[in-house]
Amino acid sequence: MATEGRLRIKTLVMVCAMVVCANAGDLMLKRAMLRIGAVELSRPGLLHAFRMTVTSGTLWVGIFFLCGFMLSYMTVLSWADYSYVMPAGAFGYALLTFFAVVFLHEAVSPRRWVGVALICVGVLLVGQTKPRTTAVTREALA
Amino acid sequence: MMHVAVFLSFLIFGSTGGEIAITRGMKVTGEPERLRPKELLRFLGRALRNGWFWAGVPLMALSFYALLLLLSWEPISFVIPASALSYVVGTFGAKYILGEEVSAARWTGVVLVCAGVALVALG
Repeated sequence: MATEGRLRIKTLVMVCAMVVCANAGDLMLKRAMLRIGAVELSRPGLLHAFRMTVTSGTLWVGIFFLCGFMLSYMTVLSWADYSYVMPAGAFGYALLTFFAVVFLHEAVSPRRWVGVALICVGVLLVGQTKPRTTAVTREALA
Repeated sequence: MMHVAVFLSFLIFGSTGGEIAITRGMKVTGEPERLRPKELLRFLGRALRNGWFWAGVPLMALSFYALLLLLSWEPISFVIPASALSYVVGTFGAKYILGEEVSAARWTGVVLVCAGVALVALG
C-alpha cells in the first residue's frame, strides 16, 4: 500500500515537471515559428527555414524546455504505463486556461470551459487507475 | 489540403510510434533508484545505450518537423485539436503493443481528454 502511494506521488511529481516544460517549450516554438513565417515546401524554402530555425534564440529556448520535458517523460515511463502518463500530461491544457484567466484576465468561451472540465474529469478517471500494470524488466542491469 | 492530412498523419503516427518505442526502452532500462541529478544522469546514460530508445528518436524527430511545418501553415487552434487523436491511437498502441491493461475507466478518461483537448484548442 505504501509502495502504491509512493508510486503515485513520484508519478504526479514527474507529470507536473512534464506539463510545465512541455507548455513552456510549445509556447516558445510557436513564437519562433510566427517570427519565421510560413515555410515553403521547396528546396530553397526548406533551406531558408532550416537556417532561420537554427539561428533562432527563441527556438533554442523552446528546445531546452522540450529537453527537460523529454527527461521527465523518459523517467516517468521507466515505471509508469504509457496509457497512464500520456492522458495525465494533457492536464497542461487545463492549467494554461486557468493561468490565462487568473494572470492575464483573458475571456474564456463556454466551449473552452467545457473542454477544461472534460480534461479534468478524464485525468481524474485515469488517475484512479493503477499507474503500472506491466512488470518492470531490468534486462539492462542484468 | 492533401499535404496537411499527410503531415498530420506523420505527426500522429510518428509521435505515437516514437513514444511507444521509448516506453519499451525505458521499461527495459529500469527506473532510477532516486530522483537525484547523479542518479538521473546514470539513468540517462543507460537509456542512451538502449536500442528501443534509438528506434523511437527518428519517429519523434519526424513528428517534431511535421508539427513545425503544420504550425507554419495552419493556426494552432486547428493543429492541436487534430493531433489530439494521438491520445486514442496511443492507447491502442499501449494495449496491443506494450501489453498494458487498459480498463474501462482508463478508456473513458482517454476519450474525455481527447475531446477536451480538441474543445480547448478550438477556443
